[in-house]
Amino acid sequence: MHPAIDWFSLPSLLKFLAAWMLLLSFALLAQRRLLSLIHLLAWQGVTLAVSTALVAELTGDRLLWLSAALTFALKGLLVPTLLHRLLRRLQVRGDVEMSLNVTSTQLIGIVLVIFAFALAAPLSGALPAATHGMLGIALAAFLLAFLMMITRRKAISEVVGFLAMDNALFFAATSATLGMPLIVELGVALDALIAFVILGVFFFHIRESFESLDLHWLEHLREDQ
Amino acid sequence: MILLWLLGSALAGVPILAFWGDGRKGRWLFVAINFLVLLCSVLAAKDFLQHGPLAAMGEELRMDAFSLILVLLNSVVGMMTAWFSAGYWQQEVQHHSFGKGRQRLYHAMFQSFLATMLLALLSNNLGILWVALEGATLSTVLLVSLQRSGESLEAAWKYFILCGVGLAMALFGTVLLYFAAQPVLGTGARALLWSALHHHAASLNGTVMALTFVFILVGYGTKVGLAPLNSWLPDAHAAGPSTVSAVLSGLLLNVALYAILRYKSLADAALGPVFASRLLLAFGLLSLLLAAFSMLRQHDVKRLFAYSSVEHMGIICIAFGLGGPLAIFAGVLHMLGHSLAKSSVFFSVGRAVQESDSRELEDLRGILASRPVLGWSLLLSILAILGMPPGSLFLSEFLIVVASIQQAWFITPLLLLGLGTAFAAILPRLLQMLYGAPNSPKVMLSSKDLRPAFLQILAVMTLGIWIPASLDSWMHSVAGILQ
Repeated sequence: MHPAIDWFSLPSLLKFLAAWMLLLSFALLAQRRLLSLIHLLAWQGVTLAVSTALVAELTGDRLLWLSAALTFALKGLLVPTLLHRLLRRLQVRGDVEMSLNVTSTQLIGIVLVIFAFALAAPLSGALPAATHGMLGIALAAFLLAFLMMITRRKAISEVVGFLAMDNALFFAATSATLGMPLIVELGVALDALIAFVILGVFFFHIRESFESLDLHWLEHLREDQ
Repeated sequence: MILLWLLGSALAGVPILAFWGDGRKGRWLFVAINFLVLLCSVLAAKDFLQHGPLAAMGEELRMDAFSLILVLLNSVVGMMTAWFSAGYWQQEVQHHSFGKGRQRLYHAMFQSFLATMLLALLSNNLGILWVALEGATLSTVLLVSLQRSGESLEAAWKYFILCGVGLAMALFGTVLLYFAAQPVLGTGARALLWSALHHHAASLNGTVMALTFVFILVGYGTKVGLAPLNSWLPDAHAAGPSTVSAVLSGLLLNVALYAILRYKSLADAALGPVFASRLLLAFGLLSLLLAAFSMLRQHDVKRLFAYSSVEHMGIICIAFGLGGPLAIFAGVLHMLGHSLAKSSVFFSVGRAVQESDSRELEDLRGILASRPVLGWSLLLSILAILGMPPGSLFLSEFLIVVASIQQAWFITPLLLLGLGTAFAAILPRLLQMLYGAPNSPKVMLSSKDLRPAFLQILAVMTLGIWIPASLDSWMHSVAGILQ
């Protein structure tokens, strides 16, 4: 007799969200339009906020609710809106050039996921039952975002990859370890915000000097120059 | 209490300089703030002598002998850099005609860089350590891109992205550590306190700790400039002002390495000493050799010495990778000597670059004849960095070679090869700079500004001959702390 799986219990919902997170990471990897990239990033932020809220409910840790609200405001709303505005102000349009085509990127992505799960498998013994497999998914999302950064050529899409990496990290922190200490989380959020502001400033400077956000321009500093 | 004063005075400087950091008053305000920080850290050292390790804010801040040595080093070099900056920055402002806003940005970001590094050294919470290092990175990004020329923007962008990715990996490592600590220390902020973790390190899950250390080594290793992740370092050093290069090389690399060593002590207890030591040794050797051979084909003076920093970081990693009281003592001594000597190299080089308005080694020639004071400061500081006696780098490199013969003889030839190549790369350039056919400078600047460089060279030479008894005992106790 198998016990019936409770689809709506908190741990299984959390696992569903984890799978959704991974799916979004793959979608980011495949997407070529800048605008859709930003939408996907916002969805990732919202997923992150919901999963943080679930963990808060699961552990009864009040402070995690605060963190969930913060995540929603910052990663779900503020950052995508700002990126959106930036895109309009800078009038960047169109597709992202990739240095590798979508199919091969996706295939490499699958290999990365397998690698991440293989790496995380021996660790799951030490985990609380609710979070089995989470670490593997977080690691996979992290590596996928990294892959995205490597294969894109425009400054903005590189930043989207960077932010997706950040999301994966937060996912690891909340879902796999059931919440980092608040003081650390606040510090990390603050740093992320400052980094984002600096990036925005940067875009304008880069555009001013090079009249393009294409990173081809940023390849003058080479060894033998 | 004194820890709060120390950190508070450094942090309070940031808004002060953001508002009043322009013109003459800004430059001297910067010096005054860093003098105050130096004073506080000396008082902290005095407290340490009486009471042993200090703590504040419920163990969130903690200072043991290892952090004390680096705090003192940071505040001395910070103070000297501020002093040198007073003359240097005045010339930069004139040359590039920077406005008031840019001057305030420079001073405020410089101060925030120094303050976040102090926070990184004083924090006992490994999460806050990460936050502080990220803060230091963000401050320096703005410093590197200060000129807003194509070159500096490109260098800053590369720095931002590469170190950002590195720090993201380090954060993942921090999360993994928390994950390993939870079963032992429970949830909450205590589970990231280094002192608590160190106490229980033997019961941390070995597999998780192995993964943690790999992420931390690659992540913070990017900041240390360990090969093959060092490509940001020469660009950032070349593009930023020379004062920034001085503290990047002299202080930031040390602080990032300090973070790795804190983690190494935890990984050692959980896994046995072999795993982390071998990784550190391998990265150290690779960096040493790669940097030494890259130096042979540099023609930009600041890039040359940036690679020399990578080389020295490699040597320090080898020392800590070897482990044992002798090698660790030598490693700490090398950290001290390298910081003091390398920042005075960048002071002298920065001045030479300002006078000739070029960073090409071709254009910097015959300095000793035309400008003897600058020539001597170049000569002495570069000889110190090459490990010539009586500089303390001679002593520490000698001790590291001895330790390598005792503990792992097969790396000794590689170590000597790296040291020899670096010597062969720098010495001919130095001779050309000093004695080559003179090249008339564009501007002649006051040689009084070089006083901090000479003071630091004096300190390096003193350390090579005589180490004060209390400093000596602190350096000896580092081996105990890291085990």
